[in-house]
Amino acid sequence: MKFSEYLKFLIYGTLFGFVLMKSEVVSWFRIQEMFRFDSFHMYGVIGTAVLVGIISIQIIKRSNVKGPDGNPITIPPKDPSQVKRYILGGSVFGLGWALLGACPGPMFALLGSGVSVILVPILAAIAGTYTYGALRTKLPH
Amino acid sequence: MFEFLTQPWPWYVAGPLIGLTVPLLLLSGGKMFGVSANLRHICASCNIGNVEFFNYDWKSAGRWNLTFLAGSVLGGLLGGVVFANPEPIQLAASTISDLQELGLTNFEGFVPAELFSWSALGTGTGLLVLVVGGFLVGFGARYAGGCTSGHAISGLSDLQLGSLIAVIGFFIGGLLMTYLLYPIILS
Repeated sequence: MKFSEYLKFLIYGTLFGFVLMKSEVVSWFRIQEMFRFDSFHMYGVIGTAVLVGIISIQIIKRSNVKGPDGNPITIPPKDPSQVKRYILGGSVFGLGWALLGACPGPMFALLGSGVSVILVPILAAIAGTYTYGALRTKLPH
Repeated sequence: MFEFLTQPWPWYVAGPLIGLTVPLLLLSGGKMFGVSANLRHICASCNIGNVEFFNYDWKSAGRWNLTFLAGSVLGGLLGGVVFANPEPIQLAASTISDLQELGLTNFEGFVPAELFSWSALGTGTGLLVLVVGGFLVGFGARYAGGCTSGHAISGLSDLQLGSLIAVIGFFIGGLLMTYLLYPIILS
């Protein structure tokens, strides 16, 4: 990867982290509020994000835009038959999301904002990912 | 002008900006927006025990994403410190009273000081929230094949049924924790 590409992704990530903070989606309090359906805020954020995502992907697909390598942009589809993994894995994730009040993106943004103890959940999340990798052949998918 | 940078952004500003990450990364070489993949790359970078799942060229696959992740830490510094919001979060009154009933007293900042502190690790509740919570996020994200960014945003943006099922799963778990388990944990 060229230096200019590293810089590009670093800038994109910085903007992303900045918006995460401004939107307060990194807040444990906001997540508790979300799962209690006490405010439209989180749903508005995710909903409009998806709306923009849907529109932009449709534009990309229909305009047959080429990527920097000259090839058309393709998105590998997810296998919808793997219902078990989505429901089971999703539920485990959801339990953690509500418990910790943060998902992976917010964990790292919070780290940057000075919540040093978030290093513990980050390490625990890495351990969780590792454990899945080690156990996956024994899990229903 | 700086007020715009320090005050919180409404959902109709923040949401579309987050959504733009999808085409931004797609147009940067077909990259799929998804933060939890980085946890997999980090595991692959050390792969103690030589787990098959982590045997892949993580550098080629993950360089861009790990750089993006590093950026998000920087973004957190800029958004949370340099351009910090001096006002507290405008949380719904019913959430505040719910959490007060569960024993929370300090509503300052983005995370509860009573749970998110190094000293909280000395308590059972703190350990549960930080260690078990983090573990479940990491395990669940990989099991489901994505987290909020990967499934709820990228996957749904691509109209993937699998991602919709995953998001349903997210809410099953989240609601279970919120209504059934957390009251037990916090009491």
